[in-house]
Amino acid sequence: MSDNGQDSNPAGSKGQKRSRVIALKPRERMKIPRHLPDEQDPKERITNFCEVSEGFNIEKALEEATRCLECNDPVCMKACPVNVDIPAFIQLLYQGDYDGAIRKIRESNYLPAICGRVCPQENLCENSCIVGKKLEPLAIGKMERFLADYEAQRGSFTPPPVASSKGQSVAVVGSGPGGLTVAAELAQMGYDVTIFEALHEAGGVLKYGIPEFRLPKQIVDEEVERIKALGVKIETNVIIGRTLTIDELLGEMGFGAVYIGTGAGSPRFLNIPGENLSGVYSASELLTRVNLMKAYKFPEFDTPLKMGKKVVVLGGGDVAMDAVRTSKRLGPEQTLLLYRRSREEMPARLEEVHHAEEEGIEFHFLTSPVAIHGDANGWVKSIECQKMELGEPDEQGRRRPIPVEGSNFTIETDTVVVAIGQSPNPIIQQTTPGLETTKWGTITVDESGATSRPGIFAGGDISRGGATVIQAVADGKQASRSIDAYLTKLRSEGVEESGRETADQRESTGK
Amino acid sequence: MYRIIETQELAPTITRLTVEAPLVAKKRKAGNFVIVRATPTGERIPLTIVDSDPEKGTIVLIVQAIGKTTHIISELRAGYHFEDVVGPLGEPTPVSEFGTVVCIGGGVGTAVIYPIARALKAAGNRVISIVGARNRELIILEDEMAAVSDKLIVTTDDGSYGKKGFVTDALQEIIDVQGKPDAVYAIGPFPMMRAVADVTREPDIRTWVSLNPIMMDGTGMCGACRVSVGGELKFACVDGPEFDAHQVNFDELIARNQTYAGPEQKALETWKNRVETTDCRQL
Repeated sequence: MSDNGQDSNPAGSKGQKRSRVIALKPRERMKIPRHLPDEQDPKERITNFCEVSEGFNIEKALEEATRCLECNDPVCMKACPVNVDIPAFIQLLYQGDYDGAIRKIRESNYLPAICGRVCPQENLCENSCIVGKKLEPLAIGKMERFLADYEAQRGSFTPPPVASSKGQSVAVVGSGPGGLTVAAELAQMGYDVTIFEALHEAGGVLKYGIPEFRLPKQIVDEEVERIKALGVKIETNVIIGRTLTIDELLGEMGFGAVYIGTGAGSPRFLNIPGENLSGVYSASELLTRVNLMKAYKFPEFDTPLKMGKKVVVLGGGDVAMDAVRTSKRLGPEQTLLLYRRSREEMPARLEEVHHAEEEGIEFHFLTSPVAIHGDANGWVKSIECQKMELGEPDEQGRRRPIPVEGSNFTIETDTVVVAIGQSPNPIIQQTTPGLETTKWGTITVDESGATSRPGIFAGGDISRGGATVIQAVADGKQASRSIDAYLTKLRSEGVEESGRETADQRESTGK
Repeated sequence: MYRIIETQELAPTITRLTVEAPLVAKKRKAGNFVIVRATPTGERIPLTIVDSDPEKGTIVLIVQAIGKTTHIISELRAGYHFEDVVGPLGEPTPVSEFGTVVCIGGGVGTAVIYPIARALKAAGNRVISIVGARNRELIILEDEMAAVSDKLIVTTDDGSYGKKGFVTDALQEIIDVQGKPDAVYAIGPFPMMRAVADVTREPDIRTWVSLNPIMMDGTGMCGACRVSVGGELKFACVDGPEFDAHQVNFDELIARNQTYAGPEQKALETWKNRVETTDCRQL
């Protein structure tokens, strides 16, 4: 940033509204082109794990804010799963009220530094932006990220007010985006919230799944700290279903309600021959080794990873993109991605596909793996594929891939990464009697986020099977309203045994 | 904080650690394991829970120094701590009253078979145990195993103690002399478990093995520990670690376990050199 955060602030200090010197008419505002953040050069960035996008500096953020037409009917806000008041925060940004702008976002979304980076804005708010109907839409995500980063840079975060204690406690299982949101919402309402995390660090998929170059782990840690600032407690190394059960949380530990946000992290495999050869990884294993365990810093960090000379990644979603770009940074000579449909059907974010192409990933479309072949030592040697063609659209409207007879061919490779999707984590479903699940292993919830058992709520990928960070945030917000309603009812019924002794009890059982 | 209360060297390279982990101690059943991390930059490795004391809130782990991480753990002493301990993981051992059960422990696998033998004995079985190792020095938990077994046979590859030969020789002798046992539990190196499976396959003796493939999270989220059991894909961390020995594809498992052999060797050498050249006050 050219700005040092103090005197050079072109919009003046907080509260001093920027006069509309450039009170441009809508037509003039629309002449301003969309601003793009600086990005690390592709040749450079494939040699490191630093963030690709450098984000907006203060000038770009302010100029981008100028482009907003302040529509009477802000469709961008409706398109946001958590209905962030986008025109209001952009107006505050425009006025130079950076604290006011980030507070405005945080009223609806407690994770702006994260969502500003990983939300698929091009399908949500930015897709509905009126400016975008004729020209390029506003860079809403980049402005959100700027406000979050600028606040962190200035150290100006102050926790929002927390309501007086309601004397009831809530257990949140999983510290991913959904769990963090539920915790933040309920803590602000005055509930005593404890998050239980299975891994040794908080953040869930934000830590183990999404790579450093898209979402630096320090950003996640900072968001977690802001949630702790609300009084939320986080217990790592506790696996609900193993270390403690849901029924223990609701019973002897005295929690009034439980939110399950354990996500979908269980890797799916293709069930083709050779999938268990050495050198075949699930995307989950590759990404967890690199992101959470820092295998890219081996041997400074102890977790190893063995990348060969030629890596083939299978899949076309965001996880496949993360896996293939992570692989590229580990230094193979060639990095390929095979997808069984065409580029148009790929579910991955366009921005990430574009980044991957810039980084020299070779895409092979309409290509489906049939078998993986190994050498005498049980290592991957090659992958046998089949060409596909597109047939009729399926239930989701995507054209179905159909194998082309006699089109088999072989690609020599020594490393294969399977990135064809994840299933819900199964442990809680297996260890919680009476908790209804679907045939896909997801937990059944109603619109309010309530499960089949009173006091137990769920959301995010554990109930959806595989969605986005922002959807988990939206589910978390819905569930926190439902949990509040549930606990309020309990209070009014005078069933107050729940929250009272929990603190002491947990002390005595704590680590 | 997972404080270490006590350590004891059971044999050269094999160390027993008593660790504070109250929640794990309370829940643990025979066959469960924990994932531990020794240092802030450490890797996550699985270790079987050998014993636990719910009252004191402690668990017992036994580790053999093979790679860098296990070397570091072996050097931990009372008052030190693990960075992380999480569990109990895995499905507990299926324990019921079978009749006569043979429990086989090979090398440090004896640490894993011990709690299972004890549980089987407590369930009313007649327990015959076979404990084997390369030589006398590497035989561990002999007294403990004797205490939970109706009969204990010790074998060493070099004949320096007990019967000379492999655990499979002793097992074969039991089958030949006393007849088929009702069940066999075998835990040790993969080749040993494969050999036991080969001995019991033909006489059709129900046989369990406990697998310790490469693992990371221990909750079914990475797939590193996947094994083929009866042609089906299983995750040892959540579906196991114990499986029907006759259904396990050991060849595949042995090959997969070599995945990180290269980097692991490098890590160990780097670490050992560091120790030799570092001032003792910094250790």
